[in-house]
Amino acid sequence: MIPAQFDYVRPAAMHEALQILVDHEGDAKILAGGYSLLPLLKLRLASPTLLVDIHDIDGLDEIIETTDGLRIGSRATHRRIHENPVVQNGYPLLVDAAGGIGDPQVRNWGTIGGSCAHADPSSDWPAVLIATRATVVLQSVSGERSVAARSFFIDTFQTAIEPTELLTEVIIPRAPRPSGAAYAKLERRAGDFATVGVAAQLSLGPDGRISAAGIGLTAVAETPFAATAAEAALVGQEPNEATFQAAGVAAAAESRPGTDAHGPVEYKRAMVKEMVVRALRSAAGRALAQR
Amino acid sequence: MTTQHIQLTVNGEVREADVEPRLLLVHLLRDVFLLTGTHIGCDTSNCGACTVLIDGESAKSCTMLAVSAEGRSIKTIEGMADGAKLHALQQAFWDQHGLQCGFCTPGMIMQASWLLARNPDPTETEIREGIAGNLCRCTGYVNIVKAIEQAATELRAPASTDAPAEPAAVS
Ligand SMILES: Cc1cc2nc3c(=O)[nH]c(=O)nc-3n(C[C@H](O)[C@H](O)[C@H](O)COP(=O)(O)OP(=O)(O)OC[C@H]3O[C@@H](n4cnc5c(N)ncnc54)[C@H](O)[C@@H]3O)c2cc1C
Ligand code: FES
Ligand code: FES
Repeated sequence: MIPAQFDYVRPAAMHEALQILVDHEGDAKILAGGYSLLPLLKLRLASPTLLVDIHDIDGLDEIIETTDGLRIGSRATHRRIHENPVVQNGYPLLVDAAGGIGDPQVRNWGTIGGSCAHADPSSDWPAVLIATRATVVLQSVSGERSVAARSFFIDTFQTAIEPTELLTEVIIPRAPRPSGAAYAKLERRAGDFATVGVAAQLSLGPDGRISAAGIGLTAVAETPFAATAAEAALVGQEPNEATFQAAGVAAAAESRPGTDAHGPVEYKRAMVKEMVVRALRSAAGRALAQR
Repeated sequence: MTTQHIQLTVNGEVREADVEPRLLLVHLLRDVFLLTGTHIGCDTSNCGACTVLIDGESAKSCTMLAVSAEGRSIKTIEGMADGAKLHALQQAFWDQHGLQCGFCTPGMIMQASWLLARNPDPTETEIREGIAGNLCRCTGYVNIVKAIEQAATELRAPASTDAPAEPAAVS
């Protein structure tokens, strides 16, 4: 189908883009990779009057490791993140997640910023940012602000971004070592959105017990969310099968899946438990390898 | 809504057009440039029939605006053969019966050319993952995988022997 009409601009600089968002407040939409926005326009589920293509703005796709952790520019594509050497060496959770998003063409063009701003309830990056307690950085003409990922995703397709703001980067803090993290995604067919997606991160204390835990779930509520009951079930415990099972049971209880083409509610809850256990096994294995 | 003037390279040739911002790249290719080898199989960016290379990266041309392609270099199925000599991938799809109705074939071949440019010696699993964004309703994929394997072998062969038409696009 053909989208409804709109105007299109491709500003060369950030300050221009931010000013356009002010001048057209509420009517303008940012265009990044287009792999969520264009399908919506084609199906006429969205009808902005102006698209602001951010492709020419420099510096928005960098991936740098700093003392804060890993800073990923909003326009970094899933593929760029997946193949980045720093990510490959130190962030296996991101490698797991990026490699499983959609299909190769989606990974070539889709971006982490677009994914987070779009906030599809089944998207993968939000679960990762929630598990790692990442920060989302937003910029507008009046300055910059940071929002914790845990308060950024508000509801289906709804985030803390104001219409005049542009998401510039996400910052993933370094977890205290030894730590390990993993992403477990259940999908019906290759390239599908998740039926259940689980991002898990664990740190181990000197006594070998779990000292910190982060679990982000996707596709099993109105928006990706932190499984805080499961996290509580992990902290202070030995990283063993009984602990993982208990966390899986807690996560299943706190998820709020709906019945859809991916399956009924009971099935999804059972899968939450199983995928949480799998993600934790893998995360714990990676943490133990760091000791 | 005003039209915008764009200039881009298509299969090595500089092309220009005045387009509405809402025009999709696939419609620019098919309806304006009459390059109808690129197909449209869905409305949801799922099927991959419209796959082309944009600056060497495979993309679904139904999921990019023509105006966003301004200044970029596009390669479509029409840019693969060298005159009458088919590209190694086209010949391999023929040899291995990698197509039945042929609707998915242009997208499959463009996606496979992207894959082989990055990974000249893929395993069967890597081929299957590489074409995961391209749906075929006819073949069951087995012969498509065989065709890509055949082309990979030929494209890896030293140029001095039976020279392939040209190397796949480099990203
Ligand atoms: C076939 C298919 C399969 C897919 N499978 C998956 C999957 O398995 N998992 C998954 O997570 N995703 C999947 N996706 C979605 C894909 O990852 C999208 O690319 C991604 O969600 C959006 O990124 P984008 O750069 O394409 O954003 P766009 O489509 O350009 O934009 C999406 C939204 O975000 C806004 N936006 C974009 N960038 C910014 C910014 N910097 N600041 C503020 N707002 C911004 C836009 O205005 C728009 O509202 C799939 C998509 C397709 C077509
Ligand atoms: S036409 Fe189906 S993905 Fe482009
Ligand atoms: S040959 Fe018919 S869809 Fe692939």
